[in-house]
Amino acid sequence: MLDVSVSYNRYRFLGYEYLTWLWFFIENGQDEIKKLEQEPVSLQIGNRIVLENRQKDTVESITIKGDDADLEEGILALRKGAVVSELNLWYKLGDQEWRFTVKAESLHMVSLKCPATGSVESQEDVEGAVLEKVYLCEKAVQLTDNLFKQFITLRVSEDWNKRVIPSIKKWISA
Amino acid sequence: MGLLSSTVSITRYRVEGKLRKPVLETMAECLKEHAIREIEDDVSAKIVGWTSFDKPFNPDFRGSSFVIGTHFVFSLRVDKKSIPSSVVKKHCAMETARRLAETKRPYLSRDEKRVVKEHVISVLSKRIPATPNVYDLIWNYEDSSLWFFSTLKSANEELETLFFKSFQIPIVRLFPYTTADLAMGLSDTQRDILVRLSATLGAKE
Repeated sequence: MLDVSVSYNRYRFLGYEYLTWLWFFIENGQDEIKKLEQEPVSLQIGNRIVLENRQKDTVESITIKGDDADLEEGILALRKGAVVSELNLWYKLGDQEWRFTVKAESLHMVSLKCPATGSVESQEDVEGAVLEKVYLCEKAVQLTDNLFKQFITLRVSEDWNKRVIPSIKKWISA
Repeated sequence: MGLLSSTVSITRYRVEGKLRKPVLETMAECLKEHAIREIEDDVSAKIVGWTSFDKPFNPDFRGSSFVIGTHFVFSLRVDKKSIPSSVVKKHCAMETARRLAETKRPYLSRDEKRVVKEHVISVLSKRIPATPNVYDLIWNYEDSSLWFFSTLKSANEELETLFFKSFQIPIVRLFPYTTADLAMGLSDTQRDILVRLSATLGAKE
């Protein structure tokens, strides 16, 4: 395997491409998202998208936030060559909901809010609470793993350049 | 932000090895050996060590107290003493004035000033309490995966260093490339293609 710090910088673009693809996939691939689980699933863009446009030595950052924010500004930024650097996601499985943000460069999962769990009132409750929290976090982690696997499998296939890139470009310019 | 907080942030790692058998005993030994110690009456500015998830200020790794379900659950604690620069400046000025009065000289040499500063920091370090920061972690031993409940760069670096020092096992942070290479089950052919990839979206840098 390549040196960790070298690969972090050398392949940083993978995270940006992943989140940009994920936005496109959420907008255009709801049928495939529904197949991810047996229960009814919904995955939506949340209330925050950060985009970055790197040209030569300058980095322009565009943040769109708000529950009903108009994402048109983001599409415009994509048209100008930006990529997504942070994406807030709202994931619903049955009647439970997860909200979290994924960062492109590190794949960090930040501000992950899982469905509510019972309160911890005594030392005896701690073990159960930990197991429940791990189970709930695992659901969000599994979702992102499934999505990243779908992305990376496409990314290393000929389909990426032949089919996916033209579709993303068409979506951006529509 | 702890594991049981209403919102959490996670950095994921892959654990590249296994512990010596019997695993639970080895684990307990390693945690005890590198458990956090107090530096209240010490001149140390910082200390890093393991602590119990449920008793972060009174670590206890007896028995299998760090096992919950099929996971190892414990915490990284970083205690740091930070002395405000204005406090150091004030005490240096006081100590300089005291020494000048004692020796009846008009000024101190550069070396003497340095000695005064070191002395002041050492005295203040013993008096100032360390601020503890606790970061929880979950190690799924069977899956060789670890979740660290912080995305702070400094905390992650402390974790990586202490983990290797304690268990002699490296951990690899899962960012886009390492996730693709190690955790997605790609074939050798796909991994060869992965190494040769370059950016296709966004403005060219």
